[in-house]
Amino acid sequence: MPRDRLTPARLGPRDVVHVGSAGLRSRPMRVVLSALGIAIGIATMIAVVGISASSKAQLLQQLDTLGTNMLKVAPGQDMFSGEKAKLPKEAPGMIGRIPGVEDVGAVGDVKPTVRRSEKIPKSDTSGLSVKAASESLLKALRGTVRAGTWLNDANGRYPSVVLGSVAAERLGITVPGQQVLIGKQYFTVIGILDPLPLAPEIERAALVGWQAAGTHLDFDGHPTQIYERSTDTSVESVHKLLARTTDPQNPQNVEISNPSATLQAKAATEGAFDSLLLGLGGVALLVGGVGVANTMIISVLERRHEIGLRRSLGATRGQIRIQFVTESLLLSGLGGLAGVVLGAAATYVFAASGGMPWAIPPWAVGGGFAATLLIGSVAGLYPAVRAARLPPTLALQAG
Amino acid sequence: MTTVVELNQVTKEYPGGVAALRGVDLHIERGELLAIVGPSGSGKSTLLHIVGTLDRPTAGTVALAGHDVAALSDRRLSALRARHIGFVFQSFHLVAGVSARDNVAEGLLYSGLARAERRRRAATALERVGLGDRMHHRPHELSGGQRQRVAIARAVVGEPDLLLADEPTGALDSASGEAVMQLLHDLNGDGATIAVITHDGGIAGALPRQVRIRDGQVVEDTCTRAPLPAGGEVPCHATD
Repeated sequence: MPRDRLTPARLGPRDVVHVGSAGLRSRPMRVVLSALGIAIGIATMIAVVGISASSKAQLLQQLDTLGTNMLKVAPGQDMFSGEKAKLPKEAPGMIGRIPGVEDVGAVGDVKPTVRRSEKIPKSDTSGLSVKAASESLLKALRGTVRAGTWLNDANGRYPSVVLGSVAAERLGITVPGQQVLIGKQYFTVIGILDPLPLAPEIERAALVGWQAAGTHLDFDGHPTQIYERSTDTSVESVHKLLARTTDPQNPQNVEISNPSATLQAKAATEGAFDSLLLGLGGVALLVGGVGVANTMIISVLERRHEIGLRRSLGATRGQIRIQFVTESLLLSGLGGLAGVVLGAAATYVFAASGGMPWAIPPWAVGGGFAATLLIGSVAGLYPAVRAARLPPTLALQAG
Repeated sequence: MTTVVELNQVTKEYPGGVAALRGVDLHIERGELLAIVGPSGSGKSTLLHIVGTLDRPTAGTVALAGHDVAALSDRRLSALRARHIGFVFQSFHLVAGVSARDNVAEGLLYSGLARAERRRRAATALERVGLGDRMHHRPHELSGGQRQRVAIARAVVGEPDLLLADEPTGALDSASGEAVMQLLHDLNGDGATIAVITHDGGIAGALPRQVRIRDGQVVEDTCTRAPLPAGGEVPCHATD
């Protein structure tokens, strides 16, 4: 009479891993080669996602330093005449009194153009403009002077000019002290600005003091762009009041825009990574999976005796299956791990060379790993089922 | 005296109508040491597969340690092998690159014992076969005779009811072969039930009981009063 119920013992997780890795430990070179395919696939995907995430992080970082709390006021078209409307002279001062507003800067277009010298024809403007600038403009734009000084009460009265970064480059001015021709008069360059990503029109302008523009360049005193900085929390409320405050009689003639909105849109599109490259990584991953399946089938054929031995030692079919699925999972898992490291390294090199922050989204790493494990189990299933179906008498056949 | 193996009218036919066994009756009692001897093609390998529950008969009944094999699922049959049967193979089948001790511990992998306990028992078994000083040697660092002794340690580490040795000396020189046979005798003296499958009449003759197989049938089942174990009585249950 049977004394026991004959229930097969379970293998502990540690034993499963130990048995599953035995085949890998005995053939390290094969492990490296068959894991390589998976590694390449995962590395491609991680790098594609990581590089776009890094450029996005860079843009967001830039947005952070530039701030999203600036609004730009410009004149629109006059409803009746169809001509360009004029902003009231008092507008900057009025805007400065809106609660929450911290800085207001204004520029006003003037007619004369800027040239390097008389020898350059008048029509050749190099795409540059001349603007009268209020003293508070630089602060409102959070701009900085690369060389020289900014306009102030003292030098703003004289024929002196500050060049935007692009304007200086196009005019060939590298150091303050040189002179440029504005209209019929030479102005001394007293400063050159750093780039202003939120105000490209200022980068391309020669800025003259408000007073000097009136004296030397027939400036009518009407601002054509007003830049306003408020606290982050009051951007909305300021936005609502801005048109009516600027031109109480004709608020419909006032156009208000948020220059940081374009940067934000750019950051959003950077996040949409290249699906073609991602697809390529997917194909590499698939080929890697086929490689793993191939290796597993060969492994099962080679180890028929071992399978027979284990069956004679009391392994159930399920335990043989688990052994080979584990082996396949370990194989592709190793490839996935190597791929994550490789992809992260590639992203690091790209980010470091482009001066970007190094960013790899955790979901990409997690997703890549999940894909690896899925491929590992799918690739290992068929060989494992074959292994489990082998008759146990094999181990007893000499050879 | 309990019966370990009980074969009644066992027949095994392979697809194509080849009959490897034709109505074999075989009873093995606890504590026996017997030889199943026959020329190649006689059906002794098939008999080994059936006694070892690695294969099922076409007709007839097989009972092992009281369990009717025909009634057991593949899972339960695996558990039966894990607990009640130990195998020794002609070509050892040790795992390359793994120490002798870990090779022996593999014999307990499917027993449900904890890893530390498996390793402890493996050390004891290695000492029992006289390889206490070769625990950490890997198979390629051992001689053929030593390897077969490691394989025997792996087979007996779980204290099975039946030890099946398939041509255990087939791959060894005569000196190593004699040492292995002596070890089997010693283990039998300690109470192990051992069946040695061989084509070598000399080896068979040195064992207390010989079951001769030819053309799938038991043609002779005899006892020789071979060297008496220290315990006294030689168990022999030959049917004629």
